[in-house]
Amino acid sequence: MTPLQIIFIIVAVITLFAAIKVVSSRNLVHAALWLILVLFGIAVFFVILSAGFFAAAQVVIYIGAIAILMIFTIMLTRRVARDSGAQHNSNWWAAAVLSLLLFTGLSWILSRWQGFQSTAQPMLESADPLRQLGEGLVAPGGYLIPFEVASILLVAALIGAITVAWERK
Amino acid sequence: MAFWDYLPIAILFVISAGLAAIAVGLGHLFGPRKPTPKKLEPYESGMNPFGPGTRRMPVRFYLVAVLFILFDIEVVFFLPWAVVLKDLGITGLVEMIVFVSILVVGFIYAWKKGALEWE
Amino acid sequence: MIPISWYLILAAALFSIGLFGVLSRKNAVAILMGVELMLNSVNINLIAFWRYLKPEVITGQAFAVIVIAVAAAEVAVGLALIISVYRRKNTIIAEDIDLLKL
Repeated sequence: MTPLQIIFIIVAVITLFAAIKVVSSRNLVHAALWLILVLFGIAVFFVILSAGFFAAAQVVIYIGAIAILMIFTIMLTRRVARDSGAQHNSNWWAAAVLSLLLFTGLSWILSRWQGFQSTAQPMLESADPLRQLGEGLVAPGGYLIPFEVASILLVAALIGAITVAWERK
Repeated sequence: MAFWDYLPIAILFVISAGLAAIAVGLGHLFGPRKPTPKKLEPYESGMNPFGPGTRRMPVRFYLVAVLFILFDIEVVFFLPWAVVLKDLGITGLVEMIVFVSILVVGFIYAWKKGALEWE
Repeated sequence: MIPISWYLILAAALFSIGLFGVLSRKNAVAILMGVELMLNSVNINLIAFWRYLKPEVITGQAFAVIVIAVAAAEVAVGLALIISVYRRKNTIIAEDIDLLKL
């Protein structure tokens, strides 16, 4: 076992535990805080995968913005969030069986893939993933169209969110 | 190995978490706790509380947060672009002007709608 | 070195947990949290494949960027809908939001 593997296992256990708490805790505010822990664990995985930019983006966008938005919404709908009683519907056992089936099915399919145990090639010293990403995103012939369309998507989301949530006087 | 470049951040997290744990833990350990119903009231010697303690937040907080997300997401697009801007030259600049001018449409909409006003 | 299987199994587990949350939770905000878990597990997969299979091809990272943008858009609109529904019907329990049911 290399130190990296030990770190991976520790972070994976914490992340999965927090993910289970996200879907199981009764108090929604607690669920949101556990969600932040999950997102942080995923940022650590990005670091291990030498995608430092995505780790930073994970912290800035998911933890800094999306989780905060969720907590705001929980506070805006406060009475329901604190509702006592069951937080899961009556079919939760069917959902659990389905999720387990999905997990075993996915693992089975993946384990039949021949590259399942492959390890990473060491990154070249000269390689800079962020630079590569920049060239791939904005260079003509790369992902230029998705890049521009993303701004349209964001504008649509902004206008939609304001229109839907706006309080009519 | 690039991973170990992040060791200082990990140490920083351990130290800050440890400090927070010490600060909370010492108070728990040494502080005397003799709660009485009077002490547990929100305002110990104020008026008697009535109604629910939590009030619904106005939706403006949410609108501001949505605007924040929009401009936060731009980091993901701006940073890789900024790294290679020198190689791309004028093409990269034009691409980003198109990107930003589309986003400004949403910004103007939010402005005109009054989502940025806080009376 | 860590084999890619570890990431894939981890992402599969996260995705399944997210699916359970989406299917079993009553509160609409909690359902969106499950969706977030699923999107994040997909991102782990994308980055892991990029790193392990072809680090010189940028497709995995580009996809992950788009996933992040789509997740933000989805959360913004989804939570706006939840707030709007809460204002009209005074509930965000997914089972009670049945205006379209006959």
